[in-house]
Amino acid sequence: MLDKKVLLSVSNLKVRFDQHVILDNISFDVKDDETLAVIGPNGAGKSVLFKALLGLVPFEGEIKWQQGLKIGYVPQKLFIPKDLPLTTLEFLKLKERSEKEIYRALSQVGFRENKPHKGHLKEHVLKSKLGVLSGGEVQRVLIAFALLGHPDVLLFDEPTSGVDISAEETIYSLLHELQEKENLTIILISHELQIVFKYATNVICLNKEKVCFGPPKQVLDKESLEKLYGGDVSLYPHQH
Amino acid sequence: MTNLLFLIIVGVFVAAAAGYLGSFMVVKRMSLVGDALTHVALPGMAIALTLGISPVLGALIFLTLAIIAVWYLQEHSEVYPEALVGVIFTASLALGVLITPEPDLLEALFGNIERINITEGTIAIVISLLIVVVTRLISKKMILGIISEELAKSGGILISKLNLIYLLLVGVVVALGVKFVGTLLMGALVIVPAVSAKNIARSLKDYYLFSILFGILSAAVGVTVAATFHITPGPAVVLTGISIFIITYLVRNSAKAPC
Repeated sequence: MLDKKVLLSVSNLKVRFDQHVILDNISFDVKDDETLAVIGPNGAGKSVLFKALLGLVPFEGEIKWQQGLKIGYVPQKLFIPKDLPLTTLEFLKLKERSEKEIYRALSQVGFRENKPHKGHLKEHVLKSKLGVLSGGEVQRVLIAFALLGHPDVLLFDEPTSGVDISAEETIYSLLHELQEKENLTIILISHELQIVFKYATNVICLNKEKVCFGPPKQVLDKESLEKLYGGDVSLYPHQH
Repeated sequence: MTNLLFLIIVGVFVAAAAGYLGSFMVVKRMSLVGDALTHVALPGMAIALTLGISPVLGALIFLTLAIIAVWYLQEHSEVYPEALVGVIFTASLALGVLITPEPDLLEALFGNIERINITEGTIAIVISLLIVVVTRLISKKMILGIISEELAKSGGILISKLNLIYLLLVGVVVALGVKFVGTLLMGALVIVPAVSAKNIARSLKDYYLFSILFGILSAAVGVTVAATFHITPGPAVVLTGISIFIITYLVRNSAKAPC
């Protein structure tokens, strides 16, 4: 049994595809109401870690979730063909029948009825095909989708592209707000160290193995970042 | 000969079920695989005819075997073995043509609705209805699986089982339809209504409805035209479907033009 405060406990996690070891010797805990950021270079196994946590890929070692926990997952990207006749409302209805709940989730991610003008949400978002929404809108719809059914934990795989900076800024302030209002525990994959410093309780640095773990201000020093990314870390925005 | 109206009704039900199932096939990007798959019915019918049992049953058995094979390949190989599927199914068509007794060949390839009796027709109607009901039950999960396997799996949907159920339903509808349009053209009855529907649908609900409606129209108009002009119903049904496709294609393009 897990300690009541611990929602997720990972020990000695190892994932391999064929003979390639993608993740090795990963251990960490996530406590109630925390925000855990997962960082690391491309190919470090961040998304694979999420897939293992969700039980989508086979793994060795142990992943223990607190019993009865509801998990919402926001994938990095959806490959929705533009010609797929699926409206945003229909997409959300794949998970939730009640329109009231759908509107609640949408307002949580910043879609408000009659804003920026009357009928915008209904006519231009909900009735539109999902494939024609902008990157930022799709991202928010995906978060709303994950929020349907009132999850306790949100797994958020940050998009690397397709969302402009201003939209990204809102997404993080939204997540932060959600966490405070809804007692949501958030595990997010991030490419922005700025975001990590601003919002994360703990950070786990991955490069196949765990390079660091702890509160960002304590563990994210020049040395661990160099070890993580190799070479020039001045590229990263936290040094501004 | 069975009453023409009854034949049309049977055709309408089978085509409705085929159109509905086809709507998923098209967005799954499996149209060609689905089409090739239908050819497997031929050797099954041939063997059944030689043994003196119902060709529909023979078709169903062969289709089920082929479907399990396709499903297995889908689940167990990294790259979808589309070429391999094409080769195997074309081979089964060639084999089927060789072993089908000559007098029955034309019928097996292009269908013969006059051979459908009341019992068979009624069974076809009931099974078609069942197919529509089961498809409706799995439709939301199917769509979620098509958009994002991860999202579906993380929501506890068993994609692999779902795919098998879906493909088996396709097998059943193909077996029902071969008497109408034959093995060569059955793929069209599954695919064409959905492709036409996709041309004009703005929502999933419209897409399903149009797929079913275009299937129904193809069968009703096709069989009527065939009876009136004494031509083979199979091609008449499929050509009606193709005409609907052309119309919807033009509608789509004219709707796009002002943008």
